Amino acid sequence: MQQTPVSNRPLPGPEVQRDIYRRMVRIERNDEAIRRAIKLGRLQMPYYSARGQEVIPSAVSVNLNQDDTICTIYRGIHDMVAKGMPLRPLWAEIAGRIDGTCKGKGGPMHLTHPESGVMVTTGIVGSSMPIANGLAWAAKLDGSQRVAIAYFGDGASNIGAFHESLNLASVWKLPVIFVCQNNRFAEHTRYEVGTSVDRIAKRAIGYGMPGVTVDGNDPVDMYAAAFEAVERARAGEGPTLIEALTFRFFGHVFGDDDKYMTKEEKAAAMERDPLPLFRARLIADGIATEGALADMETAIAAEVDDAMQFGLASPLPPIDELRRDVFATEIA
Amino acid sequence: MTATTKLNGIAAVNAAIARAMAQDPKVIVLGEDVADREGGGVVGTTRGLSTRFGDERVKSTPISEQAIIGAAIGAAIGGYKPVAEIMLMNFTTVAMDMIFNHAAKLRFMSGGQTSVPLTIHTLTGAGVSTAGQHADHLEAWFAHAAGIKVVAPSTPSDYFGLMLSCIDDPDPCLMIMSAMTLRTFEEVPNDLAPIPLGKARIVEEGGDVTIVAYSAMVLTARKATEALKAEGVSVELIDLRTVAPWDRETVLASVRKTGRAVIVHEALRNHGVGAEIAATIQEELFGALKAPIRRLGAPYSPVPFSKPLEAAYLVQPDDIVAAVRSVLG
Ligand SMILES: Cc1ncc(C[n+]2csc(CCOP(=O)(O)OP(=O)(O)O)c2C)c(N)n1
Repeated sequence: MQQTPVSNRPLPGPEVQRDIYRRMVRIERNDEAIRRAIKLGRLQMPYYSARGQEVIPSAVSVNLNQDDTICTIYRGIHDMVAKGMPLRPLWAEIAGRIDGTCKGKGGPMHLTHPESGVMVTTGIVGSSMPIANGLAWAAKLDGSQRVAIAYFGDGASNIGAFHESLNLASVWKLPVIFVCQNNRFAEHTRYEVGTSVDRIAKRAIGYGMPGVTVDGNDPVDMYAAAFEAVERARAGEGPTLIEALTFRFFGHVFGDDDKYMTKEEKAAAMERDPLPLFRARLIADGIATEGALADMETAIAAEVDDAMQFGLASPLPPIDELRRDVFATEIA
Repeated sequence: MTATTKLNGIAAVNAAIARAMAQDPKVIVLGEDVADREGGGVVGTTRGLSTRFGDERVKSTPISEQAIIGAAIGAAIGGYKPVAEIMLMNFTTVAMDMIFNHAAKLRFMSGGQTSVPLTIHTLTGAGVSTAGQHADHLEAWFAHAAGIKVVAPSTPSDYFGLMLSCIDDPDPCLMIMSAMTLRTFEEVPNDLAPIPLGKARIVEEGGDVTIVAYSAMVLTARKATEALKAEGVSVELIDLRTVAPWDRETVLASVRKTGRAVIVHEALRNHGVGAEIAATIQEELFGALKAPIRRLGAPYSPVPFSKPLEAAYLVQPDDIVAAVRSVLG
């Protein structure tokens, strides 16, 4: 597939750029607060931080409506926040409380919030994709313009579900976008060790759909790729595979060591922290003032703090909850 | 005095695989992140093996459970003895076709021409906040497939000896490593003999009631047994060790003596391994029973995240104590 020449790419306007940055900051502040709460023992949960990957879902989500849907993975809180999941029920959920999105039953790896379009969060590598196809199919059957996004990692492109899903999406021309967040590692396995091609986007060729590799830390590039894919999907032209190159700052699971990568590699990747880079660019390009951004950041910090307080103050679920939601009818 | 090494379950499995690899060049290892370059396994079960035995015999794989078990089956048919790691038990579901339709059945369907001497080891267990897709005990699924043996040890020595037997076995074996069992250390004899599959271990002898447990629930049952001892109740605690085929003789001999049985597992109570054991006891010992057989297991629910729900999901020592009191009348 031909890629659109860079010069013809759709550019995000100033409003959209600020919106992308706002979403990135919400993700980053929220992630920071979660890590702090874990360290302080206020949260007990396995945490797969997406620090460093903020641009991807932010630049995708500014192209989405509330009723567009996403399926994401254990490393997916950034995807949810970008899509607009409210932070209060998010915090209550990761604290295992009754006011959580899932009444505390699902926890951090299974957050779900249909109202903001977060339909499935899976802990099984690869499983976001087949289900996103079904949501896209439902959108098509409804005669709606909705699109579905499947988020997943580079490692997930090696499991059968990826290949089956791309083929089906292509054959059925589904309004689905496969967004691979290629952070170079699958747990401790380096990309090259587990993957047969140098670019995951190349795999799209075999399934007859466009595949693009973009710098997932560059909001403008990422926006352009997402914009085109969403347009294609809404126009009934079928699926797209986007491979977004990025890096995760806090290893596979928060608290693991990074022995499987070199210090230099990590340091170099972290130098490309998308947040300060984009912030500086917004100011340099005259898109936002230092003062306006600082105000935005302060407001977001307060929102995150409020959500944390709310989540940790929410009651624990009663034991009866084990009998509810297994089926529609409560278990006797 | 034979020399011993202080091991937990993970180190014990590691030592057993290493011993088997040193003795038999046909033993090979595969799984996600199992080679040392990737850290020697997510919890270190295969640590050191690739360094010692080389990258050809110890291979890290992509995240491809179906391809992992498929390749292991093929290598097994081709004359090797693969030891495959499936990181967590819930991920075996992705490879279920390979395990259930192929590994378990190829010997039979080929009229004995081909066989699959494959060992799969996998971690699981609730109690560590991993919620609905990372903590299930699915042993009943595998026990319900004719052609695959299932072991679920609770002590480092048993992990060691049972892993040796699994690797040596001519047929597919699945070893379940439950999180709660992997914390305790024990001095394990370096020359420990393989522990035969299908043989239970009497943890505690007693005369009033038989408790049958395996995997993490042996630890819970031990706590209950201590509490009951203080009340003057004499418990015979059996660690089944192998779930399929299970040791009918040891269990039946014990219940013949005590006349009472309480069966405990972490997996769902409904349609669980406990039902099979209870049914067998009543078929064989109906007249000798002094009380109905009790089964304890998880409620009919996925593993929940929230702490109090997770605690209620797991059988606790008090639940066992209460069940024992109820059969003592
Ligand atoms: C089917 C399955 N196999 C293995 C795992 C264990 N596991 C969890 S995350 C992960 C690595 C995934 O890497 P990648 O797809 O690149 O996503 P990332 O975590 O880097 O975001 C693995 C192997 C799993 N959750 N599901």
